[in-house]
Amino acid sequence: MKTPLSSILLVLLSAFIGSFGAVLLKSGSSRLSRTWQSLFLNTRIIFGVGLFLFSSIFAVLAMREGELSVLYPMSSFASILTMFWSRLFFGEPLTRKKFVGLGLIIAGITCLFSHR
Amino acid sequence: MIGYDEQLPAVTSSLPSHNTRSIILVFCCTILGAAAQIFMKMGANTLAYPTVLQTILHIGTNVPLIAGYILYGISTLLLIVALKTGQLSVLYPIISLTYVWVTILSVIVFNESVNIYKAVGLAIIMLGVAVLGMDSRK
Repeated sequence: MKTPLSSILLVLLSAFIGSFGAVLLKSGSSRLSRTWQSLFLNTRIIFGVGLFLFSSIFAVLAMREGELSVLYPMSSFASILTMFWSRLFFGEPLTRKKFVGLGLIIAGITCLFSHR
Repeated sequence: MIGYDEQLPAVTSSLPSHNTRSIILVFCCTILGAAAQIFMKMGANTLAYPTVLQTILHIGTNVPLIAGYILYGISTLLLIVALKTGQLSVLYPIISLTYVWVTILSVIVFNESVNIYKAVGLAIIMLGVAVLGMDSRK
């Protein structure tokens, strides 16, 4: 076992925190005008980028040990979370296709996890 | 922060004429994004500090890590530009190419091993990301 459980948990934690960063960016992006200033004065965008940076600390801690070829694909966990946050915060529909994608991602992560 | 490319908020107004440009741009993003991960792993490998706090404090002074952050930032900005004009159902499967590059580079740079389970797991994840992404953002 070359990739410790602690690294995997840290990557999943990083994905969890980062997925909220995406929510903030999305919600901030609808309030943007066409000027560059509006990007830097937008609180949600600033907090969104901040959350991404915060989440990256856990990704770096995760990558101290273990294999990148196992840890990096596991960050796809974030897209599963984003799917649910999109429904919760933006009312985007949960389609059958999305659940197929979710199932595939979980299956792939499980496969990597069991043979890490 | 690793691997959030596939969940960026996208602003779209699909213009077919811009598709080729977007595809090339996204393809470049996958290479830049993969390079970013390799630099970050390189940097993280040298962060052997006894406490978590000390490690965090040294993130800002680690050259490969900073290079990784910069590359990641550039690839994210380019991706936002590409997603603005391109068709998402085409671009998402291309974005998941990043997984292939990261795996190949992990083998070359860090001598990591790839067995059949890893390859299958990776392929399933890529398919999942592509399928999920295709139906995202209405």
